[in-house]
Amino acid sequence: MNIQTALWIAQRASAAVLALCVAVHLAMIIYAVQGGLTAAEILERTRGNAGWLAFYSVFVLAATIHAPIGLRSVLAEWLGWRGRSRDVVLALFALLVAWMGMRAALGVFA
Amino acid sequence: MKVFVKRDSGFQEFEVPRHPSQTVLDVVTYIQRSLDPTLAYRYACRVGMCGSCAMTVNGVPRWTCRTHVDRVVRNDALEVGPLKNLPVIRDLVTDMREFFDKWARAKGQFTGTRTKQDDFAQVPPQSPGRKLVDSNIECIGCGVCYAACDVVAWNPDYLGPAALNRAWTLVKDERDSLKIERLRAVAGDAGCHSCHTHMSCTERCPKHLSPTAGIAGLKRETAKALLKGEL
Repeated sequence: MNIQTALWIAQRASAAVLALCVAVHLAMIIYAVQGGLTAAEILERTRGNAGWLAFYSVFVLAATIHAPIGLRSVLAEWLGWRGRSRDVVLALFALLVAWMGMRAALGVFA
Repeated sequence: MKVFVKRDSGFQEFEVPRHPSQTVLDVVTYIQRSLDPTLAYRYACRVGMCGSCAMTVNGVPRWTCRTHVDRVVRNDALEVGPLKNLPVIRDLVTDMREFFDKWARAKGQFTGTRTKQDDFAQVPPQSPGRKLVDSNIECIGCGVCYAACDVVAWNPDYLGPAALNRAWTLVKDERDSLKIERLRAVAGDAGCHSCHTHMSCTERCPKHLSPTAGIAGLKRETAKALLKGEL
């Protein structure tokens, strides 16, 4: 299998998911601010809500896939950093994004 | 007009008379024949067919034989240099080896299945594959797109717009038999997936072709082949 073609498909597909997720995320932020919801009121709505947890899990997964693949090209083209060391660091970066994202998503759910 | 020509030692200034319908190639030829016979430059057909006279004119890669001075002159001055992204042999002459080696690396050779005993292949001009590459096959190999491409500057292994455009015309050629091998050759970091769709190649192509569209086609074809398990 050609790994770079697979990465390209993964980045395009995750971009499509992110386009939707970011739009919903921004709309919700604007809605929450306009309605004057307090942190407590927001937590009341998100705690135990499996729908929001599922939505933000998908969001985190898409970002986890999308960002490191994009950085892969940025590092190669701007810093000339190619090869295995870059890819290992990017895999660790992906884990960091996933951990931080899921920590936030679970933080407002649990 | 003042003409600043890039020499190996730096820019050299010449005073060149203006004429109606004068091309940049006319200017360079005038300098070489009348002012400084040591100036090295390259041309052949003078009519926009051979693709050998491309240079950087006022910072932009152009085919000089079909570029009128009136269109590009600024403050009665011209700056002429060799194409970017290619090693300079001398003055305005670049080494095109790497450029054309990349066509070979992109499997730019037509590989048919018919022999001389077979009849001619019939490719209907209106068939979908042929229509997709109708303009792309007109490439004259001048190297303007390669000099204009940011990705070539960032990644010296990148095959570049012209080689990928050539591969695209063959991928869509129904007589060709090397489709999967060619897709393998153009997939990846040195190939179509590195294109950022800046479209500098399409902007600068003197034949008004769109290598960007061909590269996008290669991305689609490689993705399809991967999903089918062929890549």
